[in-house]
Amino acid sequence: MAWNEPGGNGKDPWGGGGKKGNDGPPDLDEVIKNLQNKVSSIFGGKGPSNTGSSGNNAGGGPLIIIVLVVAALAYGFFGFYQVDEQERALVLRFGTYHTTKGSGLRWNFPLADSVFIEKVTSVRNWSSNEQMLTEDLNIVDIKISVQYTVNDIEKFVLKVRDPENSLQQAANSALRHVVGSMTMDSVLTIGRAQLAIDIQGRLQEYLNSYETGIQLDTVNIEDSNPPREVQDAFDDVIRAREDEERYKNEAQAEVNRILPRAEAVAQQMIEEATAYKGRVIAEAEGEAKRFEYLLAEYKKAPEVTRQRLYLDAVQEVMANSSKIMMDVEGGNNMLYLPLDKLNAGGSGSGFTGKGGSGSVSLSNQQMEDLTRSIAEQVRRDLNANSRRRDSRP
Amino acid sequence: MSTRALTGYILILLAVILAFNSLYVVNEFQRGVKLYFGRVVDADISPGLHVKWPLAEQVRKFDARILTLDARAERFLTVEKKSMMVDSFAKWRIIDVGKYYTATSGDETRAQLLLEQRINEGLRNQFANRNLHEVVSGERDQLMVDITKHLNDFMQESLGIEVVDVRVKRIDLPKEVSEPVFHRMEAERHEEANEARSRGEKEKQIILAEAGRQKVIIEADAYRDSELLRGEGDAQAAAIYARAHNQDAEFYAFVRSLDAYKKTFASKDDILLLDPDNDFFQYLNNSQGN
Repeated sequence: MAWNEPGGNGKDPWGGGGKKGNDGPPDLDEVIKNLQNKVSSIFGGKGPSNTGSSGNNAGGGPLIIIVLVVAALAYGFFGFYQVDEQERALVLRFGTYHTTKGSGLRWNFPLADSVFIEKVTSVRNWSSNEQMLTEDLNIVDIKISVQYTVNDIEKFVLKVRDPENSLQQAANSALRHVVGSMTMDSVLTIGRAQLAIDIQGRLQEYLNSYETGIQLDTVNIEDSNPPREVQDAFDDVIRAREDEERYKNEAQAEVNRILPRAEAVAQQMIEEATAYKGRVIAEAEGEAKRFEYLLAEYKKAPEVTRQRLYLDAVQEVMANSSKIMMDVEGGNNMLYLPLDKLNAGGSGSGFTGKGGSGSVSLSNQQMEDLTRSIAEQVRRDLNANSRRRDSRP
Repeated sequence: MSTRALTGYILILLAVILAFNSLYVVNEFQRGVKLYFGRVVDADISPGLHVKWPLAEQVRKFDARILTLDARAERFLTVEKKSMMVDSFAKWRIIDVGKYYTATSGDETRAQLLLEQRINEGLRNQFANRNLHEVVSGERDQLMVDITKHLNDFMQESLGIEVVDVRVKRIDLPKEVSEPVFHRMEAERHEEANEARSRGEKEKQIILAEAGRQKVIIEADAYRDSELLRGEGDAQAAAIYARAHNQDAEFYAFVRSLDAYKKTFASKDDILLLDPDNDFFQYLNNSQGN
C-alpha cells in the first residue's frame, strides 16, 4: 500500500485521509495538523509550529482549514454503515476482496472500499405457478415454492450477476425436467413428495455449478393440479371412483339382507321336517301299539270282537252323517231329494227341516224318527219288490 | 499571497483531476482491457488499483461474473415434425477479455444476441434429431451437454466467452396444439371414470350373483336335509306300522277300513243314500237276520 505511506501524498488523491491505515476513524486533529503543515509548506510560508488554534495566518488560511475540516468530516462520515444481524458486509478494497464483516456499526474508507451488504441468514422465498408437460405428454399445473438462504456471500456477490434470477431460471428448468420425466398420475398423486426431492437435488446441483452461493432449504410442491380446462373431467373421475365404492357397498348391503333370510328359511324348513319326522314316528308308534293291544284282545274272541268293531264303526258313521234310506231297486218310486236344502241346512236331518246344529241326543231322536218312517215305507214296499230282492247276489 | 494561494488551489485541483484520470480500480468480479489510443495493450488486467496514462490510455471493464442469457421462446420442430415452443436460458462468462472486446467491441447486448442465435441453432439441430417424448422426458441432460459442448467449441474461439450451461426451461406445446391435448386428457379421464363406474357395477353384479347362488344353495341344502328327515320319519313310521300289522294282516285291513269309514263320513254334510239290503240293516227288516 505504497499510496498510503506518510508523505506519499503525491499519489494519494484523498489527501492522506487513511494515514493510520486502521478501520477506526483517524485522529482528526492530527490529520488536520498534518495537512496544515503540508499546505503551508507547499505555499512556502513560515514553518508553522502551532497552527490549529492561532489562525493568525494571513489570507485564505482559515478558509483552507475550514474546507479541509469539512471535507475530512464528510469523508469520515460517509465511511460509516450499519450491518444488521441477518446481514453480512463484503468489503472490496480497490477491487480485491478484503474482508467480510458481521453485524454492528462498521466503517470503511469511502472511495477506496466498496461494501456489499446482503441478507444471508434470513430465508428468502420464491414461488411460481406454471403449466408444463409430463412424460406422457399431458399438461399439469404446478405451484412450486423455493426457500433458500445465502450461505456464501463471496460467491453470491462476486461469482454470478443477479444470483436470484439464476435461481429462478434454474428452478424453472429443474422443475420441468423432473416433471417431464414423470407421468401425470404420479405428479398429481403419489409422486409429489419425490418430485420435490428430485427438484431440490437437481436445482442445488445447478446452483453449485453456477457458484451462486445459494443454499436451498426446501422445495415445496404447493399444488399440483390438472389444468383448469380439464378440471371437471378429473373431478368426474373422483366421483366415479366414489360411485364404484358405492355400488359395491350397495351390493354388500343387499347380500347382508338376502343371506340371513335364506338361512332363516333354511332353518325353518329343517325344523319343520324334524317336527314332521317326530310326529309321524310318534303317531306310528302310538297307532301300532293301539293295534297290537286290540289284536291281542281280538285273538281271544275273534268273531265277537269283529262284529262289535264293525257295528261300532258303522254306527258312528251313520250317527255323524246325514242319510237317506232308499230302495234303489224300487224303480217305480220317484224320490225327490232337496240336496241344496240339505246342504244349506248344514248338519241335522234334512227331512225335519228343523235347525241343524242339534245335540247328539236330538240327532239320535231325529234319526230314530227317520228310521221309523223309512221302516214303514220299506215294509210297505217289501212285498212288491220281493222278486227283485231274490235276484240280488 | 493570495496569488500563491490561488495557484495552490489550482494545483490541488489539477492533482485531483489527474489522479481521477490516471488511477482506476478493477473489481474482483470484473475484467478489463487497457487501450492505448484504441489499441489493446493489456488484454487482461487483474483486479486491484492500477495506474494509466491520462487521456492516452483508456480502460474498458467488463463483468466477469457468470451472466444469464434468457433466450426468447422459439418454435422448434422435432423429428416427427411436431412443433414445440422452447424457452431456454444460458449461463456464460467472459474468459478471454481481449477476444471478447475484439469480437463484440465490449457490447454485452451484442454478445448475447450472437450467443442466442447460436443457442437457438444448436437447439434446433438437437430437436430435429429427437422425438417429442425424448425431448420432454428422457434426454434433456444429454441434449444440454451436447449443446454446451458444441457452443463452447465455437464461442471460446471466436468470442472469448465460455458457456457454462445451457438449459431448456419450458418445452410447451403451441397454443393451437394445447387444445387437442386438453381434449385428449378429457377423453382419457372420461374413459377412466366410465371404467371405474363399470367396474363398480360389475362388482355389484358379481356380489349379488354370488349371494343369489349362496341363497339357492342354502335353501336347496335345507330342502334336501328336510326331505331326508321326512323320509327317515316316514321310513321309521312305516317300519313300526309294518311290524305291528304283520302280526295279522287281515285284521289290520278290517280295523283300518273301519277307521277310514269313520273318518270319511265324519260330517253332517255327508249324505248317505242307503240301501236297506245293507248288512248293517240285517236285523232292521228281519229279527232273524236273513
